[in-house]
Amino acid sequence: MRISGLKLYAIVFLIFLYAPIVLLPMFAFNNSTVVSFPLKGFTTQWFQNVWNDADLWQAVRNSLLVACTSSVLATSFAIFAARASTRYNFPGKGGLMGLIMLPMVLPDMIMAMALLVVLLGLGVQLSLVTVIMGHILICTPFAVAILSSAFQSLDKSLEEAAYDLGEGPISTFYLVILPLVTPGIISSLLISFTISLDEFVVSNFLGSKDKLLSVYIFGQLRFPKSVPTIMALGAVLVALSIVLLALAEYFRRRGIAKTGAKDTGGFL
Amino acid sequence: MSEPKPGRFWGSEAAAGLGLISPTAIYAILLLAAPLAFVIIASVLTDGYLQIIPKFQLCNYFGECASYKAGADGTLVETQKYLGAWSDPVLFSVMMRSLFVSILVTVATVALAYPMAYFISFNVAPARKGIWLFLITIPFWTSYVIRVFMWNAILGFSGVINSLLIGLNLIDKPLDMTFSIQAMVITLAHSFAPFAILPIYVALEKIDRSFLEAGQDLGENRFTTFLRVTLPLSMPGVVAAVLIVFIPTIGDYVTPKLVGGAKFPMIANVIEILMLKGDNKPLGSAIAVSAMVIVGLISVLFLFLNRRYLRGPK
Amino acid sequence: MTSETSNVAKPDMIEFKDVHKYYGDYHALRGITATIRAGEFFSLLGPSGCGKTTLLRTIAGFEGISSGVVLIDGKDAAKIPANQRPTNMVFQSYAIFPHLTVEENVGFGLRKDPRSKDDKAKAVAEALAMVGLAGYGKRAAHALSGGQRQRVALARALILKPKVLLLDEPLSALDKKMREQMQVELIRLQRQVGITFILVTHDQEEALVMSDRIAVMFEGQIAQLDDPETLYRRPKSRTVANFIGTMNFLPAKILSESGGKVDVESQGFGRLTLDAEAQVTGEPTATGASIGFRPETLTLLFDGQTAPDRESMATVDEVVYYGDMTYYDVRIDGTEQPMRLSMRNVFGRPVLDIGTRTRVGWSPGALVLFR
Repeated sequence: MRISGLKLYAIVFLIFLYAPIVLLPMFAFNNSTVVSFPLKGFTTQWFQNVWNDADLWQAVRNSLLVACTSSVLATSFAIFAARASTRYNFPGKGGLMGLIMLPMVLPDMIMAMALLVVLLGLGVQLSLVTVIMGHILICTPFAVAILSSAFQSLDKSLEEAAYDLGEGPISTFYLVILPLVTPGIISSLLISFTISLDEFVVSNFLGSKDKLLSVYIFGQLRFPKSVPTIMALGAVLVALSIVLLALAEYFRRRGIAKTGAKDTGGFL
Repeated sequence: MSEPKPGRFWGSEAAAGLGLISPTAIYAILLLAAPLAFVIIASVLTDGYLQIIPKFQLCNYFGECASYKAGADGTLVETQKYLGAWSDPVLFSVMMRSLFVSILVTVATVALAYPMAYFISFNVAPARKGIWLFLITIPFWTSYVIRVFMWNAILGFSGVINSLLIGLNLIDKPLDMTFSIQAMVITLAHSFAPFAILPIYVALEKIDRSFLEAGQDLGENRFTTFLRVTLPLSMPGVVAAVLIVFIPTIGDYVTPKLVGGAKFPMIANVIEILMLKGDNKPLGSAIAVSAMVIVGLISVLFLFLNRRYLRGPK
Repeated sequence: MTSETSNVAKPDMIEFKDVHKYYGDYHALRGITATIRAGEFFSLLGPSGCGKTTLLRTIAGFEGISSGVVLIDGKDAAKIPANQRPTNMVFQSYAIFPHLTVEENVGFGLRKDPRSKDDKAKAVAEALAMVGLAGYGKRAAHALSGGQRQRVALARALILKPKVLLLDEPLSALDKKMREQMQVELIRLQRQVGITFILVTHDQEEALVMSDRIAVMFEGQIAQLDDPETLYRRPKSRTVANFIGTMNFLPAKILSESGGKVDVESQGFGRLTLDAEAQVTGEPTATGASIGFRPETLTLLFDGQTAPDRESMATVDEVVYYGDMTYYDVRIDGTEQPMRLSMRNVFGRPVLDIGTRTRVGWSPGALVLFR
């Protein structure tokens, strides 16, 4: 294939997109306390620091707990919303769906502050629970987007066929609907998990002393001597994210292939 | 779903739909709509010490306000005076800076994203479009805070760009690029790139390729066909991209902190200070509401200006 | 559940009594009263939006009715939920479960069947053989062609031995060749199993080919319910006549009616006496009476041929050549509108050019008077 101007542009654009995450492993293995060029030499010291940092592991545990809970709850909420919006017409549908999808565009700072002021006003103690409450709000729109496309590709006559062949509403759900949307649900869980793990603003302002990983990282970036360790941590996180995303994409595509629908592209 | 009544198999559709969406909707109403409504209300109330005094006033937006503290006998004692969000020159300049940065970021992101979306839609073989989209989304999902921080390492004194330029003998002294508006724009444009590419890509994919052939058949060359056919037809995607970049950008918190070096606070940073350390929730709320109103008005205006592209079959 | 054998007494299988259906303000079914007999191949024919699919879905139980009664085999359908009705449906999209294999699809309705696993497997194999898909059981459903999906849907519905098989435009997604082949197979299958088939279609030819009786529907009402021949020969209204095949109309005036005879004066054909019982139809309209006739009842007369009955002079206005047939638009002397005429292209018969003067033969017995 000949390299057209447009393709060259696309490649430059990809370099721009990947520059920060490509540099991560370079600095992570760089034998210098300063994150700058030229590179000094190879070391695994920063990874050892990551391994030995007890605070970091506590943050990882907190983050995993929050991400698991948030992704399961957000996906559950999204199943209701996606099913309702793809299958039924009802008054107020546009407004309610708009509200549910709002966190996708609403600046997260405004959302976090609004929730924070109300929670403090009600005398609620900040904890991992309040963080989870916020993360659910943030993850749900993405989960709804993924699950809507999964439910959308379900032909209504498939359900009717199941009824016609003698099944009731519950058996129809687990014999026909669930098997067909399962890939969408898995993909939604993985994406929500990734978003929750990565989220900073809500985690920072709705969180307590129990820091999440993103908050811990943000705090450490203030100290220049911690930065190389964070680079090593970042490299690990990037690798993990790619694995999770590849899995999510695999399940999403399998779902589409299963229902025989056409692939309409990415997650969003 | 309840057991369907015989004869009326689907029951009342409205009831079924509302029933089904209610858990999610109630959650969103309680934890999203209600707090936002509270912020709007708080923005027209009076600031007290660690509390909000339910006394209506508009001076959090315009004019001069006062904070109060409950005195020994329960009466309110004025503690300090402050200017409203639109009257205080500092706050006003922060809002305008945020708006300016958002607009710059939006223009840069969408302008850079369009050729990329066009390339994937028109120049990539259908079987490989999926992998390209996947490549574009990966950076978006990976460790936001670190990704933003990395731009210091790229733009810094001994960062990638300066090292490269000095290595190539193009410059003698490193360029000062960090802690600037430009650095913030670059970082934010990078963060929102996938958000801009995807809607434009989807709009381009929807264009029936025979329209383009018709354009050329009717005597246009490839470039004029693009201007008169492709671009107008892809405008819904461009509009979506603009809104999806512009709205969240104005409230970004991390980039001004990490890349702006706290020299260029934006709305989110000011809200943080006022709401927490500054303990002036009504003023903080007024700024949050002002930000939402600015963003809302500009979005509506933008939609209005592009209304002719958004009409027709959905 | 035993299926009735044909030719014996045919009791009523489905009965509609003044059925109305509203969607909000929209009046989808406007007083349907009709009877479908056991063991017949019945078609609901009409343009899209006429309510034919809605009517079919009231039998299946997917659609409730606003008022009236639907009886299935003598029982009030309102009391039977969709999943317990003795009806099964072949969906327009076939609704083949994409996550199951062909045999899992066909055996889907047997889940609660008390028979042994082997017996069920045998039933599935038999059902597949019946629709010509023996050996396809292990295939993935989404790997099937349109025609094969159709057969799987048929097998899946028929394996439950329903009293009524409902077919919602089952052939509309197939290409012409495949459609014609499936029409013949469906007729054969219906004779073989002997149960009631109710077919929804917008294709008049399909309805004429396959049905014992046809209900023609317009705007939520049954315009005519008859066997195909009566429907074609003596449509009850101009709308039905126009929907089923082509009908030519000539303005006419009724001169007198007496003793079962009607005297009419029509453009082109002059004065005629028609049989009131067999040849007069329709309700009086504002536009006045007209004489109607099908294209094949008008014949071009070539040199040396004489009309079996009457003949008129005409001019060829338009020629449309179809291979086996040629359609002509001819203007009969004394008329204003061209009339459609069809001729079979037998060997040696020329195709006339536009503008040719020719004789056309016709017969008063083939005409129908619309009041």
